[in-house]
Amino acid sequence: MTTTPKRDSYDVVVIGAGPAGLAASATTAQAGLSTLLLDENAGPGGQVWRAIASTPVTAPEQLGADYWAGADLVKEAQASGAEIIQRATVWSLDRRLEIAVSSGGASAFVTARRVILATGALERPFPIPGWTLPGVMTAGAAQTMLKSSGLVPDGRTVIAGQGPLLWLLAAQILRLGGRIDCILDTTERGNYFAALPYALDFVTSPYFAKGLAMMREVKAKARVVTGVSELVASGEGQLASVTYAARGHRETIPADLLLLHQGVVPNVNLAMAAGVEHHWDDRQLCWSPLTDADGNTSVVGIAIAGDGAGIGGAAVAVLRGRIAARAAVESLAPAAIAKLDAENVVRTALAQAERGRSFLDVLFRPAPQFRIPSGNTIVCRCEEVTAQDVLDSVAIGATGPNQLKAYRRTGMGPCQGRLCGLTVTELMAQARGKCPQEIGYYRLRAPVKPITLAELAAGPKTEDDVKAVVRG
Amino acid sequence: MHRDYDVAIVGGGLLGSAIAWGLGRLGKTVAVLDEGDIAKRASRANFALVWVQSKGLGMPAYTVWTVRASESWARLAAELKEQTGLDVSHQRNGGFHLTLGEAEFEQRGQLVTRMHNQVGAADYRMEMLSASEVRKMLPLIGPQVSGGSFCPLDGHVNSLRTYRAFHAGFRQFGIDYFPERPVSAIARDGGEFRLSTPKGEIRAGKIVLAAGNANQTLAPQVGLAAPMGPTRGQIVVTERTMPFLPHPLTTIRQTDEGTVMIGDSKEDELDDRTLKHSISAVMADRAQRMFPHLARLNVVRSWAGIRVMPRDGFPIYDQSETHPGAFVACCHSGVTLASNHAFDVARMVAAGALEPELVGAFSARRFAGDSAVVNNQY
Amino acid sequence: MFKRSDQDNRLSVQIFVDGAAVAARQGDTVSAALLASGRDVRRATAVSGAPRLPYCMMGVCFDCLVTIDGVGNRQGCLVPVADGMQIEIQKGKREIGK
Repeated sequence: MTTTPKRDSYDVVVIGAGPAGLAASATTAQAGLSTLLLDENAGPGGQVWRAIASTPVTAPEQLGADYWAGADLVKEAQASGAEIIQRATVWSLDRRLEIAVSSGGASAFVTARRVILATGALERPFPIPGWTLPGVMTAGAAQTMLKSSGLVPDGRTVIAGQGPLLWLLAAQILRLGGRIDCILDTTERGNYFAALPYALDFVTSPYFAKGLAMMREVKAKARVVTGVSELVASGEGQLASVTYAARGHRETIPADLLLLHQGVVPNVNLAMAAGVEHHWDDRQLCWSPLTDADGNTSVVGIAIAGDGAGIGGAAVAVLRGRIAARAAVESLAPAAIAKLDAENVVRTALAQAERGRSFLDVLFRPAPQFRIPSGNTIVCRCEEVTAQDVLDSVAIGATGPNQLKAYRRTGMGPCQGRLCGLTVTELMAQARGKCPQEIGYYRLRAPVKPITLAELAAGPKTEDDVKAVVRG
Repeated sequence: MHRDYDVAIVGGGLLGSAIAWGLGRLGKTVAVLDEGDIAKRASRANFALVWVQSKGLGMPAYTVWTVRASESWARLAAELKEQTGLDVSHQRNGGFHLTLGEAEFEQRGQLVTRMHNQVGAADYRMEMLSASEVRKMLPLIGPQVSGGSFCPLDGHVNSLRTYRAFHAGFRQFGIDYFPERPVSAIARDGGEFRLSTPKGEIRAGKIVLAAGNANQTLAPQVGLAAPMGPTRGQIVVTERTMPFLPHPLTTIRQTDEGTVMIGDSKEDELDDRTLKHSISAVMADRAQRMFPHLARLNVVRSWAGIRVMPRDGFPIYDQSETHPGAFVACCHSGVTLASNHAFDVARMVAAGALEPELVGAFSARRFAGDSAVVNNQY
Repeated sequence: MFKRSDQDNRLSVQIFVDGAAVAARQGDTVSAALLASGRDVRRATAVSGAPRLPYCMMGVCFDCLVTIDGVGNRQGCLVPVADGMQIEIQKGKREIGK
């Protein structure tokens, strides 16, 4: 398995081998552009098609057709001529389209004429009291264990939150004989009414029938509590129970495992560190890059495809990947455009795949009490900073996340704000009576993932660089 | 926002905050006008050294001013702790500038000699130590370390916590802190100053311009000058590790949290958003040659800051003759000099007059008619 | 907390956790193998010593930090197991030389 890029420069570098990245790299490579696809995991598929080339859960009805649809795209990318390197972590991308990637313990530096970021999404933080206890994980984590290793919960298991992925996970766990004691649905009742205007689009979308079938499948086998408005995880050094409140009653459920999920949000770190402008998306309650119809961003030469450009799901990601790739081909090798699918075909398919998204966004808008904690609830997991600490900093004059970072170290840990950034922005917005756009976000820089000092030290250096450092 | 204050400070960084805090401590009413969340803010981008050695070559008065700050820092730390409960982890047990290879050792030795020979300089006991002498104090140094200079007065502090402590202290003293209020115009009218900001006007009997590099544009508004020569510096920060570095170096220090800061560069580039990894590579390489075990630590952050740097590297303290009651204060060493700013400069501002014995050498009149760019230490 | 699906017919791999032999499967990440082992694999944070287990299993939370073959602070959820691998659960700050 090759760990070092074969060339110093490529026409196109694609970062992330999930649906968008696989589609983009396959497309540009098929058009004859030199293409490098870099992915951090051991195998392709990103999150939604995780371990698709290696999963032990091979009976197709267990992970489902949407999962296995990815297998063809993986084969297409692998046959396309794109150079694919797994276990390669990109830690820097800048405006000059210079990429630093760590692979096999060493860093390589490549340049590109076009970069397509397909780094996808991550779970929205779910900062409830006790969420840092051992035994509390994300639904995505459980799904990763299931897909990659065929592992399912077998202890006292509670799933809490909302959104389509939560039902998908529950269904997959139950199909594999795993145990679910209770599902605590935090969908706000009022959202059903708010989502009505979008209901027609949803009902005529691909998601409706699948979603309904899955919920029925799960509800037949697991206890479900709806209208959950409070959640607390408790235990001494380890999760022991989950307490919830729903429609006026309260219950404590003994638990060894709590799986939390309230949607996914773009993983913005690499894009922001590269200087890509983002704005606060109040529909999806997250930071989204400003992009045009081809996925081009505010940085010339960098496009974003997939959930990193705004949550849309796998089918949408594939199509956005194709569109971004097409734009790259148009710009770098216009004669090869004829080899690609007609643009209107792709865009029509995209519109179809995007139907129903608004309904989901509105229905599954996470409730504020689950996005904005208070008191001793941990906001920054890495540096162990609480909600009250954040409010104290606002009280002495911190106006945004960067001053807060100076005062309390939020965002200084290795995760670089991935698990606290949204919470911090919204908590400060609420405390100051401003909107999140005004509050802003952490200013991110490379390395966006940690690398060793030795690896950094081994990078190229010039005499001028030495002179700038060695003084006196 | 039309309240009259005794003093308005333009700039809420370490320097402005120290002076404001010191004025509050003397019972004055103070307003601090600051920028917002996104600002250059050298106070968030420094190496946190409370440093004496190698300061003041070319201006002996600066060595005196620096040693004074070094001696009074412990008192500042104690008062901040008493007032806010925050321990800023001030440590003063000596610091090093280590050299790699013989040529660097020679060069450093020459600097030490030049500084010893300065007439009028304070005695700060900086001396050259051989590699084996250094190893007695820093057991984990690598074989390429050829020795270095040591000064027993050097130390460091948690500068971010200090910054936080000053701002927490504002509340105790009833100092008004106004973020998101950059000053666009300064007028003097009827014996008081009027500062224009996007959110209204502030009036004060006296003002202190403590806006870092921006003092260069603000100072002329009160008939003063503050020629600045900023440079960019990059820093690399590692994850936490067990304590291994009992003394700070000019280029490596271990924080009270356990993280390791590695620096630093001096570049003419003034964009603090972009980084040159090749420079980080040089710093990282030197760090692992100084302490080989650092090689396997993970770098979790790197950043760049724009140094507040008066053109010759030495502080500027001035009071206006055309606008009585207006002061200018800026320097590179906002951390080291914080105690002087809090105790001495605050006292002078409160009294309405700078004290020539302490800060007379730092007037910007020294730049008049002179195009020399002297300082090369930073 | 977790059990293996009985359709899992991947090859067995033996790893060592704080010296004790643990059975894993080819393709497991270190974190998955640890969570499946039934052992207490909680780490203690470098900030306060608080106990933690992996949270996200996708490389963004850094709660899965573990020492692998003598190298500390590796993200266990991103490293595939290998036969003979030595894993140590971390308590606190990274040790010198590890």
